[in-house]
Amino acid sequence: MISTLAIPRVSVTPARRDSSRAGRPYHRKRLEVLQNEEPSSQNDKQPDWSAVLCAVAEQDRAAFSALFAHFAPRVKSYMLRLGSDNTHAEELAQEALATVWRKADRYDPSRAAASTWIFTIARNLRIDAFRRRNHPELDPNDPALVPDQPVSADTVVEQKQDAVRIREALAELPEEQREVLKLSFFDDQTHTEISETLGIPLGTVKSRIRLGFGRIRTTLEDEE
Amino acid sequence: MSIQHHPDDELLVSYASGELPEAWSVLVATHTALCTDCRGKVRAAEAVGGALVSDAAPVEMDAGAFEATMARVAAQPDEPAVTPVTTVGVAKPVLPQPLRDYAGGDLNSLKWRRLGHGAYHVPLVTGRGAPTARLIRIPAGRPVPEHGHNGLELTMVLQGSFVDGGTRFGAGDVEIADSDLEHQPMAEPGQDCICLAVTDAPLRFRGAFARMVQPFIGI
Ligand SMILES: [Zn+2]
Repeated sequence: MISTLAIPRVSVTPARRDSSRAGRPYHRKRLEVLQNEEPSSQNDKQPDWSAVLCAVAEQDRAAFSALFAHFAPRVKSYMLRLGSDNTHAEELAQEALATVWRKADRYDPSRAAASTWIFTIARNLRIDAFRRRNHPELDPNDPALVPDQPVSADTVVEQKQDAVRIREALAELPEEQREVLKLSFFDDQTHTEISETLGIPLGTVKSRIRLGFGRIRTTLEDEE
Repeated sequence: MSIQHHPDDELLVSYASGELPEAWSVLVATHTALCTDCRGKVRAAEAVGGALVSDAAPVEMDAGAFEATMARVAAQPDEPAVTPVTTVGVAKPVLPQPLRDYAGGDLNSLKWRRLGHGAYHVPLVTGRGAPTARLIRIPAGRPVPEHGHNGLELTMVLQGSFVDGGTRFGAGDVEIADSDLEHQPMAEPGQDCICLAVTDAPLRFRGAFARMVQPFIGI
């Protein structure tokens, strides 16, 4: 078990203040937000993984060690699936966390919670390892991209709160809706495969995914 | 730009979960480059993935896994630095990323192949087997050769516009056509219409000419 006391302190290490690297405006904003933030009951339960990940971006090995202890066994769980034995899952989990360390300076806490960002890294590795193909993605630096709304100082806090709300919303979903989402994300089954696994029509799989996802999005919009 | 027609939520969730085949994913990714609404939905769906990973039952890592991971970091090449793109004085590309990578460049550098009736296409390489993705160019004011589908077809407009069954599709819009639909999109006058089209089954062209050339052009 990780000490929940040690980790939040990581987020205000002096090293992060020295950051003068270009292209990372959000990290500095993050600090101000942290200092003004009242600790909530949610933050008592879980360390602030966004802040930990920002510290990892500053090559903070202690922060990375804490992040590793929490996420590596969960990413391994994600990688352990049909056709993936313990050795392969272990390798992929190590590779995913190595990528987290190397790409941490690209993490933007105003766009995603830490768990979301780590999920996308694990997902792309898994697609590459099991399907030998790419996961095409937009390029945030593409001049043809229609830009996002400007980021406000609140956005980082919102991302963290969203991550908590999504977990709560998932837990409150009807079992049949949670089940199809889990099969889709975690067992990497296509919607056709899910319909075969569960012995239900494809249309039912699709409507459960739509309903479950719709409910989660409603939760986020209601509380904004 | 005002986008009216979007991919459905189920497709966005499939994309975020990683199980959507590559050809469809190219279309979804290209749409999210132009549509901030769908980009937000994909982020929400990825956050669902993050929540599921957070809630996953942890599986113990091997002894020495942390050191092994740090050794992997040392063995991997450094990430290339992200260089900010200078946009001042540079013409904005028509095709957003990741489409330019798949097409082999922006519109002005594509190698168009004749499709008949004045239409041209550029097949995109997206891994093995179906579904298939291609860019299609329809002359202004002309119809796409009439066709039906064995499966699903998604068409996203990149330039110009077309009308199909009384509905207009402009830049960024996505038309979803299933196997029941026998449709004939018509490019609007003024500008050639360029679309990204993805199908999971070969198209069935109706016209005598199209039927004749279909076996040879491999569509
Ligand atoms: Zn959209």
